[in-house]
Amino acid sequence: MAHDTVLNVPKRTVREVPHTVSPGLWALAWKRLKSDHVGMVSLAIVAVFVAMMIASAAGLVARDWAKEAGVNYAPPSFIGADVEAGAPASPAEPAAQPAPAGEAAPAVEYKSEIVDPLADALAEIRGGKKTAGADAAPAAGDAGKSVDPLADVMADIRKDATGASPAAAEARASTLPLGGDKWGRDVLKKTIKGSETSIFVGLAAAAVATLLGTLFGAVAGYYGKWVDDCFNWFYSVFNSIPYLLLILAVAAVLQQKGTLTIILILGLTGWTGTFRLIRGEYLKHKAREYVQAADAIGASNARRMYVHIFPNVSHVVLVQLSIYTVGFIKAEVILSFLGFGVPVDVVSWGSMLNEAQNELILGKWWQLAAAGTAMAILVTAFSLFTDALRDALDPKLKGLAGA
Amino acid sequence: MSMRERARSAGAQITQRRNHDQTVGARAPNTRGEGYPMSTETLVSVHDLRISFRLDRDHTFEAVKGISFDIPRNATVALVGESGSGKSVTALSVLGLLPPENAIVDPASRIMFGGRNIVDLSMRDLRNLRGAEISMIFQEPMTSLNPVFTVGYQLVEVLRLHMGKTPAQARKRAIELLDEVGIPDPEYKVNAYPSQLSGGQQQRVMIAMAIACAPKLLIADEPTTALDVTIQKQILDLIAALQRRHQMSVLFITHDLAVVGEIADHVVVMRNGEIREQGPAKGVFETPQDAYTQALLQCRPRLDRRPVRLPVIEDFMDGGAHAMNLTERPRGISSGDPIVLDVKGLGKDFYSREGLFGRRRFEAVKDVSFRLPKGKTLGLVGESGSGKTTVGLTLMRLHEASAGEAIFEGRDILSMSQKQFMPYKRRIQIIFQNPYASLNPRFTVGHILTEPMHIHGIGASAQERTELAFELLQKVDLPEVSFYKYPHEFSGGQRQRIAIARCLTMKPDILICDESVSALDVSVQAQVLNLLQDLQDEFQLSYIFISHDLAVVKYIADEIMVMSEGRIVEIANSDEIYRHPREAYTQRLLASIPKGWRGGAKVESDPTLTA
Repeated sequence: MAHDTVLNVPKRTVREVPHTVSPGLWALAWKRLKSDHVGMVSLAIVAVFVAMMIASAAGLVARDWAKEAGVNYAPPSFIGADVEAGAPASPAEPAAQPAPAGEAAPAVEYKSEIVDPLADALAEIRGGKKTAGADAAPAAGDAGKSVDPLADVMADIRKDATGASPAAAEARASTLPLGGDKWGRDVLKKTIKGSETSIFVGLAAAAVATLLGTLFGAVAGYYGKWVDDCFNWFYSVFNSIPYLLLILAVAAVLQQKGTLTIILILGLTGWTGTFRLIRGEYLKHKAREYVQAADAIGASNARRMYVHIFPNVSHVVLVQLSIYTVGFIKAEVILSFLGFGVPVDVVSWGSMLNEAQNELILGKWWQLAAAGTAMAILVTAFSLFTDALRDALDPKLKGLAGA
Repeated sequence: MSMRERARSAGAQITQRRNHDQTVGARAPNTRGEGYPMSTETLVSVHDLRISFRLDRDHTFEAVKGISFDIPRNATVALVGESGSGKSVTALSVLGLLPPENAIVDPASRIMFGGRNIVDLSMRDLRNLRGAEISMIFQEPMTSLNPVFTVGYQLVEVLRLHMGKTPAQARKRAIELLDEVGIPDPEYKVNAYPSQLSGGQQQRVMIAMAIACAPKLLIADEPTTALDVTIQKQILDLIAALQRRHQMSVLFITHDLAVVGEIADHVVVMRNGEIREQGPAKGVFETPQDAYTQALLQCRPRLDRRPVRLPVIEDFMDGGAHAMNLTERPRGISSGDPIVLDVKGLGKDFYSREGLFGRRRFEAVKDVSFRLPKGKTLGLVGESGSGKTTVGLTLMRLHEASAGEAIFEGRDILSMSQKQFMPYKRRIQIIFQNPYASLNPRFTVGHILTEPMHIHGIGASAQERTELAFELLQKVDLPEVSFYKYPHEFSGGQRQRIAIARCLTMKPDILICDESVSALDVSVQAQVLNLLQDLQDEFQLSYIFISHDLAVVKYIADEIMVMSEGRIVEIANSDEIYRHPREAYTQRLLASIPKGWRGGAKVESDPTLTA
């Protein structure tokens, strides 16, 4: 009011002031992160995985993951065609192919394969080399039907499930880059397709859990008093239920299996850690002078909570998001492994490990190795990246704070 | 390294103390001699000390640039400088406590102590030295003491590790030490936890730990900065008395020349990692040679003079080219002054939970009444816990008052609803103590300045608000580029200007300054005080100036209200209160103000030390 007349400094327009925008705290954190070699390598690995996931989701790679590209249990190329189990199969196929001419050929082959996937194992258990005969016999003739009356039905089911037409299974390789599964599907492609589910579930569930935890934590920590008491009561009740039991309960309530369900399960059960953390941060920050100063200039509660305090705790949220992603990628794998995860027609690292459980008895280790290694690399890289991120965002933790 | 870790490594490392027992025994008889002449023998000789810090891979910052000084035996050397002068870094290097991962001590530097160069010592030798021969007390006693152990336990630990005493001997000695540093009831207090002691008592315990092993050198790093003025006086007296009794040398680090005037034999003035002046205290205080020393002595408000403007460092550094306006400024209020704020019977209670359902009432402010005239300053002084800050926060309604009213423009602002209060909110503003904490680190200065205008609808458009922000930046003497910067790019004084500018955006009538200059260096303090004064002259602002620093309050306030335990002790015109304090409490407060150089009259006796 009265001051308007006094503030008679010559007017200037904003554009006249030459300036460079100072690096904000995010820019400084990025600079610190860039100088962290381990962090950057981890980030690059994570980026490769995420790129892989996006490419797979967009259908650029591994679109035909369900195609039976190789013989069943095709060994990885670097090992070479299996001499023991593979050798008998090789004569069986040439034998099968020329026999029925024309369009009948694939069907026969199909049946022959379906007949008894455990034949190899069985034969092996019984005594090794006889396998050749045991396997070749049903394959060569039409005896398949007598052995398995449901072969036709199975073929239909599998056709629906995998979308692979028998016609597509024509030329089947004896080896695949990372081996094949029991249907002869390429494990490499399965791993890539599986990353789509696993990483997406991990990221999305982490986002849901962090969002819920941050929201609840902010409200509880900022308002305190009875609001805080209510949230804490809810948190305590929630936390008193054993974690796995809670997941099973939610899974049972939601009834249907699917990627969305598993995201919801993990998100709804995982918010508690973030809640505690963010609540603590808000309790700490609301007593800070800059928040009091915001109160003094008349900023509303919502403004203080989200405009003033939130940017100051956002690094905690980011690190939490990163930690959760790692945890939830693993959680998805565990859930799928236990059979509570994604449905059978969707491939994920967890379902691959689940399949591998049975294959391992047969000595077919490559599916386990591929899914396990992919997960281990991603999780390790993500964890290291999380550490680097935390150091970059909060350099005091590293003991390098300036005076 | 945290403060506590540092304190531990300084005080409680395992050493083979027996090796040193002989020297202690030989020294003991000397300590009784009265009027023992100050030795000219050198205890520590710092020669060409250079210390730099790694900022990142390619950059280093030279914090100490080749300084040399000596610490004689049985003498107190004061290392004086403002923040960033390298004084604390120098002290830490004497103990070998600099973090090795990012501090580089130039190999050519020498810190000679007992014929050995501390710079070259191994970690093991350094540990033997710390606590036993050189010990240190820190600024914050609360963070230096371990809160989960009793003070007795912590003292006993030091004594057992360093002196090889049995538990019973150590406990007996611990009680003696507590008695020596003036803790009342030492047999009882030895079992107290740090949180059960007051700040002054905690610092006394720290001092007891530091002298437990009869060190030859005691380093005191701003030991009184965190304490009230009355406690500061007691601690200074205690250190001086212990120094004389134990024939120690003391390296006293402080930013405030006035503090060391009473106890220092030698003064070393540092600035930006260089020594500006050093010599006997008499010479430095009476005939300072260096312009910077002169400035430090002049910038601090004095009790006997009140110039229109306080001199600032720049007035001295360019050889006095600035015309210093040292004419006296008249202060005081008269009955005819128009009243802006009339506070009647203000009270504020806090409740703490007790038992399952019980509450205990704590009256932080009791029946406080005063009138604030337009364009004048009311100084609010008192020790910590006197309720002075609560008064300020309650008037701003950052706390809700429990009783009383505050009449502003004919309406009681304490009883209206938050919604009704909103238009009044911007009329009463506050500047907080710590400019590092009161600005949101994630906001640019532009954002900080335009936000209150946005909230209160000042300025029609974003463009207009931006322009107003530029004008205010000019007003508080900051370059316009500041608009685009973040608070962490500014120094403490500059940040406090930003905080002042933020208040000015709302064009307040009343400005509450809550210890607003207490955290600032002496020279910066003068600048900010001058700025506040200019703004008051220009806008006829009324200030409520809360401070524990009586010299600053004396300079800026027209009327002074002395508070103790939530009540008003005395309220009168500022000159009146300093010349003729009526209440005993006020007199005690005034007697504690550091007087600076008093002609070498060191403290003769300390009542707390009479065993």
